[in-house]
Amino acid sequence: MCMLPQELQEKLKGKIAAAPEPREQAVDVMFAVQKHYGYLNDAGLLEAAMLLGMTPLELEELATFYDFIYRQPVGRYVIHVCDGVVCWMFHEGSVFDYLCKKLGVCAGGMTADGLFTVLPASCIGDCDHAPAMLINGVPYGPLTPSMIDQILEKLRSEYCDLVVCR
Amino acid sequence: MNTMPPVLLKNRREGRPATLDEYRAGGGYEALAQALKEYAPRQVSEMVKDSGLRGRGGAAFPAGVKWLGVREDAPHPRYVVTNTDEMEPGTFKDRVLVDADPHQVIEGSILAGYAVGAQRGIIFIRPSYEQGAELLERELAVARHAGFLGKNILGRGFSFDLTVHRSAGRYICGEATAQVNAIMGLRPHPMKGVHMAEQGLWGLPTLVNNVETLACVPHIIRNGPEWFRGLARSQTGSGTKLYALSGKVNRPGVYELPMGTRLREIIEVHGGGLPPGCEFKACLPGGASTRYLPREFLDVEMDFDPLKAVGHRLGTGAIIVYDQHTCFVGATLNLQEFFARESCGWCTPCREGIPYIRDLLWRIENGAGQEEFIPMLRQMAGHLRKSYCAFAPGAAEPVISLLDYFEDEVREHIRRQGCPHKDVEKPRPHLWYPPGA
Repeated sequence: MCMLPQELQEKLKGKIAAAPEPREQAVDVMFAVQKHYGYLNDAGLLEAAMLLGMTPLELEELATFYDFIYRQPVGRYVIHVCDGVVCWMFHEGSVFDYLCKKLGVCAGGMTADGLFTVLPASCIGDCDHAPAMLINGVPYGPLTPSMIDQILEKLRSEYCDLVVCR
Repeated sequence: MNTMPPVLLKNRREGRPATLDEYRAGGGYEALAQALKEYAPRQVSEMVKDSGLRGRGGAAFPAGVKWLGVREDAPHPRYVVTNTDEMEPGTFKDRVLVDADPHQVIEGSILAGYAVGAQRGIIFIRPSYEQGAELLERELAVARHAGFLGKNILGRGFSFDLTVHRSAGRYICGEATAQVNAIMGLRPHPMKGVHMAEQGLWGLPTLVNNVETLACVPHIIRNGPEWFRGLARSQTGSGTKLYALSGKVNRPGVYELPMGTRLREIIEVHGGGLPPGCEFKACLPGGASTRYLPREFLDVEMDFDPLKAVGHRLGTGAIIVYDQHTCFVGATLNLQEFFARESCGWCTPCREGIPYIRDLLWRIENGAGQEEFIPMLRQMAGHLRKSYCAFAPGAAEPVISLLDYFEDEVREHIRRQGCPHKDVEKPRPHLWYPPGA
């Protein structure tokens, strides 16, 4: 079983102790554990629950509820393609299809190099730049195929640690 | 044409947020200093009530009345929650507001805290706005350093602090009672029969307000309730409104205009009209859970009461414009996909009813529609109103208005056994082109 590094454990314990109620930190702790393992795996969920003083089931109730907690392995870059009605008006699903085809994955799958996962997303609040998508917390839009190609290329070639929501 | 200088967005700059100094140069934090010096907490609530400010998050509840609902002898600690969790398709005003002028949001939240005697404030923000969350955390530290937050604010004996609470993303978390559950690390189901002013977060008095609502407060305190009322163009309105305009318009974006500005002016003057070849067919005036508003309402005043008078809702003021090439069965199907996915699953009408409607619409759109589906849609949309919270009734709004205004189009789908908009040559200005199209 993997273990969170001591340093991270101490950091999280400190945050939890400083919070008015430990449970208020549930999402932040899940984000931190997810960031460490790449996704919220079973071991991570158990460790997070222990730190928070919650049962694994109580935390699982939350983990499975939220869009940005990944209980399955995901790529380094998680592409949330907005399928809100405004974006739909402009692409009718074709951004999603284009990305999946381009990367050779289905929804939720991971590219062989471990870099990308494509997920559908409810409105990401970037309607003035429709069609739009969100990659690790950064919105992109209005999208065209060539722009998508450029974004993917940039993410492939330049290491960037803009991982915010994982 | 509106020439009024902006209030909430007066510090909006291209590509970066306003700093503390820039905010203060425009009178920022003067309201806080004035309130702490001159007004008792309840006087602040009274001023907000007199200003006629109504909740900008969609429910339109009078903000001052909500604030006065926190009794003076209510227990402590008390909480203020700044709701920055907008996730209704078409809404993005809160993102623009936070990114433009974070200190305005902070000052509004502190004033709310003072008015209800709260010790702690929480800015609840969705993960898609992570950049806004980081900005707010940075600026909260700046405000704390400047003495506007923390213990004994400005030496006036009032202590209040604000933190950012990140959500992991679900539409229902925008609902006040669900939001409180989310903060407490519980599965964010809405709660019924809970009086938040008495028993909210951790069972204590809690005020949850939309971020735009709170951003109005410093201006009300500084310039007075009468001034705020005078900003509106409609008789019954007050203040300005951030209209988030999107869809088939030349200049989508957030426009701050007097409350009650006419729809036609917002679309044609501020939004630059529709792209060439596109004609206005209808809009959703306030996000995905409002009724379609067709052409005949173009001159309606975009304010709560004038829209209500014609059987519609302003919601959040997020205007999604559709042109004549948009299939309304397809658009409504998309909306139901959203609601079906985002339903928290707590109660049966919502969990089962919305997918049922979605499936009927899918069959109509994809060539398997039958005449009897139309009364079935109406009946099922009626059942959605029996749900636990306001989520499912919101989901029913576009469905019912689809049948009210565009039943012919639905029937056309059924008669032709497919979507009449498919294979029609459409103009596609600034549009996504699928490869090979």
